[in-house]
Amino acid sequence: MAAVVQLDEIHKIYDSGEVPVHAVRGVTLTIAAGEFVAIMGASGSGKSTLMNLLGCLDRPSRGRYLLDGTDVSALDRNQLADLRNQKLGFVFQGFNLLSRTTARENVELPMLYGRRAFTSREVRERALRSLDIVGLSQRADHFPSQLSGGQQQRVAIARALINEPQILLADEPTGNLDSKTSVEIMGVFQKLNEQGITIVMVTHELDIAHYCKRNLIMRDGRLVSDVAVEQRLSAAAEMQKILAAESAAKLTA
Amino acid sequence: MRFVNTIKVALRALRRSAMRSILTALGIIIGVAAVIAMVSIGNGAKSQVEASIASLGQNILLVFPGTANTGGMRGGWGSASTLTVEDALAIQHEVAGVVNVSPEMRDRSQVLANGLNWNTQVLGEDVSYLDIRIWSISDGEMFSEADVRSAAKACVIGRTVVNQLFPDSDPIGQTLRIRNIPFKVVGVLAPKGFNFRGDDQDDVVIIPYTSHLKRLARRPNLNSILVQATSPDDMPRVQQDITDLLQQRRSGREPDFTVRSQLEIAEAATATSKTMTVLLAAIAGVSLIVGGIGIMNIMLVSVTERTREIGIRLAVGAHGRDVLLQFLVEAIILSVMGGALGILLGIGASQLVSKLNNWPVLVSTSAIVGAVAFSAVIGIFFGFYPARKAARLDPIEALRYE
Ligand SMILES: Nc1ncnc2c1ncn2[C@@H]1O[C@H](COP(=O)(O)OP(=O)(O)OP(=O)(O)O)[C@@H](O)[C@H]1O
Ligand SMILES: [Mg+2]
Repeated sequence: MAAVVQLDEIHKIYDSGEVPVHAVRGVTLTIAAGEFVAIMGASGSGKSTLMNLLGCLDRPSRGRYLLDGTDVSALDRNQLADLRNQKLGFVFQGFNLLSRTTARENVELPMLYGRRAFTSREVRERALRSLDIVGLSQRADHFPSQLSGGQQQRVAIARALINEPQILLADEPTGNLDSKTSVEIMGVFQKLNEQGITIVMVTHELDIAHYCKRNLIMRDGRLVSDVAVEQRLSAAAEMQKILAAESAAKLTA
Repeated sequence: MRFVNTIKVALRALRRSAMRSILTALGIIIGVAAVIAMVSIGNGAKSQVEASIASLGQNILLVFPGTANTGGMRGGWGSASTLTVEDALAIQHEVAGVVNVSPEMRDRSQVLANGLNWNTQVLGEDVSYLDIRIWSISDGEMFSEADVRSAAKACVIGRTVVNQLFPDSDPIGQTLRIRNIPFKVVGVLAPKGFNFRGDDQDDVVIIPYTSHLKRLARRPNLNSILVQATSPDDMPRVQQDITDLLQQRRSGREPDFTVRSQLEIAEAATATSKTMTVLLAAIAGVSLIVGGIGIMNIMLVSVTERTREIGIRLAVGAHGRDVLLQFLVEAIILSVMGGALGILLGIGASQLVSKLNNWPVLVSTSAIVGAVAFSAVIGIFFGFYPARKAARLDPIEALRYE
């Protein structure tokens, strides 16, 4: 399969503070189309920094990054913005939805800044389709404050999907969610991955990583482990178990 | 599409905090309203003055007693009057380029007729007065040259006097008494309306100046001499000739008269109001700038408050330009809407002032266009810095902002 992401000796040094922080120290990594990767590691090991580099939100201090064949380090601010808009979808730990803006309008946001001009009807229809993928089309007109955490994160996923990106990047997407909702979100990811979207996510939880196909571990800015997941969990099956356990608890209670 | 979306986003943001938007725009609203009101009222007053100066007649020179001091016309002219009928005749006969001369007398008197009485202005004039003032008789006729020569007890009266003293009868041929002296009404003047000082020009009784001198004033001196020159180009020369002639007739005494042209009278009358208008417009302009600073202040607060929003927009692909435009459009909409409301308020205010003062309102389109353009410029000028600040944010830092 074609490589979507190719990192070659990537370094990131933050030198805004008194002491320069070497957050990423030479990461070389290839991710092919259709992969589902989890990045794990201790706090401060450079996972978010790496994700921001992958997401073209930040530029590496050193090294080469080919995204879908394009050398990202040569691009300017606006070209990076277009790249984020067209090829990447980003899901954050803190959801990052616009408050006082409906779910649908939040999902539409990337389309406002797209290169192609859409009619407002097209924009609306695509937003609803995107919400449908994450199972939230009924809540299109709700505001984020009227949605649960899991629902807000699903709106954020719908937003990341609307421009049909090649890669979905998620930095601790389940970090603010309880375990059942986390399984729900992983179910959405597995479904998307089956449809061919490449997914890279950061997580702290080992069991969440087991829903993915490939696990990377970072330590002090370096990749120290890269293994394929052997006994992969299925979100659908896990959800069945949780529901069964719940109803059993109710029966006994 | 992208641009239209940006405008939509800006509008929505403004609508979401409607109260704050209105308060922010208030400075501009008041500033623009003040500018419009000032300019409209000033224009109205100016046109009024110009119209009544024009209604004074064409190519008019006025000779009045006393030397002019810098202020222009002095109050109570004629109080120490030294102008004589002979002066007037000399001007008529010896100065080239003079068409008409009318020696003038004026005072206020109680006038009686039909058992009614009315306090009005009594003018003593020559027959040529009506020609000079471009005034006409609507009923009857003007008193004659012979009436002037014989100091006849004849008069023509204005519409207001007719309404007051002859409410339901034809005044022609009737008698009215001025200080107990009977005058026969020979004509009624065509209505002329108010002059620039707000005086009712139809509230007047005109009698021959000779009659005024002999029967009412009982003194030899005139209040003023009204002179009409042949052409406007000739005015300065005629003015100088009259000055020389009168000075010569006074053979070495201190000059005790002033010759003013219509233009100078107009300038004197408008000078004060012009100064006032400029001053008030300047104050209004300052309040516009203060309004602009208010917008800048709120926009800066807004950019800080919405740092996360900006981060999200940048993260999903907005260019710096999109964010810049969004905030700039917000600032411009604020100031232009403020400008529009200000125009309405300004027109209302000038309408009110004009009602109270009997002035015509002249809401000038140029003032409106100027106000809109100026408030847009204010929006761009004071909105640019906050908008640029927003556009230059780093997406990651903006996203991390609490
Ligand atoms: N903007 C920044 N300026 C300076 N140093 C930074 C900046 N962002 C991150 N760092 C530093 O870089 C290192 C890696 O940070 P990063 O956020 O990538 O860690 P992480 O693996 O995501 O941790 P966590 O699991 O807690 O989210 C840390 O030591 C952090 O202090
Ligand atoms: Mg992190």
